[in-house]
Amino acid sequence: MNELVCIVCPKGCTMHIEQENGAYKVSGNTCKRGAQFAISEMTEPKRTICTTVRTVFSQAPVLPVRVSAEIPKDKIFDVMREINSIIVKNPVRRGDVLLKDVLNLGADIIATSDLLRQVEK
Amino acid sequence: MQNYDVLVIGGGPAGLAAAIAAHKNGAKTLLVEREARLGGILKQCIHDGFGLVRFQEKLSGPEYAERFIDEFHKLNLEAKTLTFVTRLEKNASGFSAVLVNRDGVETVTAKALILATGCRERTAKQVNIHGTRPAGVFTAGTAQHFTNLLGELPTKKCVILGSGDIGLIMARRLTLEGAKVLGVYEAKSTPSGLTRNIHQCLHDYDIPLYLSHTVTRVFGADRLTAVEIAEVDDKMQPISGTEQILECDALILSVGLIPENELAETLDVQLDPKTKGPVCNAQLMTSVSGIFSCGNALHVNDLVDYVSESGEIAGENAAKYVKAERKEIPVKAGSRLLYAVPQKLDLNSDNQKTVLYFRSRDILNGCTFKITVDGKTVFSKKYPFLRPPEMEKLQIDFSQYQLSENSEIQLDIEVKSDE
Repeated sequence: MNELVCIVCPKGCTMHIEQENGAYKVSGNTCKRGAQFAISEMTEPKRTICTTVRTVFSQAPVLPVRVSAEIPKDKIFDVMREINSIIVKNPVRRGDVLLKDVLNLGADIIATSDLLRQVEK
Repeated sequence: MQNYDVLVIGGGPAGLAAAIAAHKNGAKTLLVEREARLGGILKQCIHDGFGLVRFQEKLSGPEYAERFIDEFHKLNLEAKTLTFVTRLEKNASGFSAVLVNRDGVETVTAKALILATGCRERTAKQVNIHGTRPAGVFTAGTAQHFTNLLGELPTKKCVILGSGDIGLIMARRLTLEGAKVLGVYEAKSTPSGLTRNIHQCLHDYDIPLYLSHTVTRVFGADRLTAVEIAEVDDKMQPISGTEQILECDALILSVGLIPENELAETLDVQLDPKTKGPVCNAQLMTSVSGIFSCGNALHVNDLVDYVSESGEIAGENAAKYVKAERKEIPVKAGSRLLYAVPQKLDLNSDNQKTVLYFRSRDILNGCTFKITVDGKTVFSKKYPFLRPPEMEKLQIDFSQYQLSENSEIQLDIEVKSDE
């Protein structure tokens, strides 16, 4: 039996996972998302990453970004390398895609702030 | 001189929500913010997890803040940024505030004040770290500012002291950016941050957490070169003989947050030694009529969703504030509670949707939270566990209990082993 702490919401439920005839049985969760998270942790753990990218704007040298969808946990540092190669040259908006389908993982890199709309080059 | 109904001090999530709510309830409102941009600390909290309670979405800090900033501007609300409040005075008609900014000095008046000044981080000087004074000793918030706003990595190899949430978030953040985090050291025997952050920030990145350990000394002339770590006993005193030296170029502190109430103190607002914020009634009015408090200035919250909520409560009630006399009775928190907010109820106000926040003093399992009025249990709720780092919130209709000036309201936590 595996024990893990749910990271879906701040409640932090302690869950137990048992494998029975190839199916997973989750206990200790208090919602559906918890059970989904537990099974995904056993099969293909996924995470979101939030970081920054360089810009050409001196008043805002970095812009916060995140992945638009969860990516495999073991690809975090590969995705970080891709993100760190981005340099933002235009005053993009919150939600704008800066890099499409990073490493063919089905997630885009999107800006999470309107910061650059408020600064001059 | 400009005259307002409500003056909001602080443009973070609490102040933004307060200003929007005050405006929506018909008050002519001004918000004052000392930084160049609105959003407060959320500007640098680029990680996600904000807004789960309020929007059922996992937003990053800037995304959460900008939803409120967009609404603020859509309502044509007035904000003065890069503006400091240097003095507050109470007078017969309300309050006057001296503001300083690039245009010079000006005085504005308001009938009600909302203090949304947030909190500050405890520093190295406040946790008795000995040794030299090299560069490289940062609070977690300062390291976050360097990394996320200035784009400068403040360390290549560091030790984090304290397991507060910002420290855990920064352990992950610095690791993602290529720095080595040697470990998170916590003097207490239990972690201070949310359990999920221990998992997603430390375990995910193989960063060790050492409980009952502290930093006793720092080394280095110009820049930090090493720290001394020691185990501590159950009184949090270092145990001699357990010292070890760790080479690193930064020590990052996540050792607690303290509500910022310097302005409140100049107006003799009564503070609660437990929350370190003002003593408030359910309308979030402080001991001084017309002064309201919300967000982390009121008490340190772990979720921004509750910060916004308290801002809205303060904003709405500041707008509704009339000079009607207050009739307040205390809300007493029992010994198993670390604290509860509000500490008082105003019988002349509508207490139908009173929002109650509390934390347990210790980690408790299988417990029941109870409210008694004059010794009679009027409300109880079971919790599988309560932990001090995780704030609990309830909405209670106190209007149904026929409260009078002599009523005694008592909050307690019972655990199974009591029986």
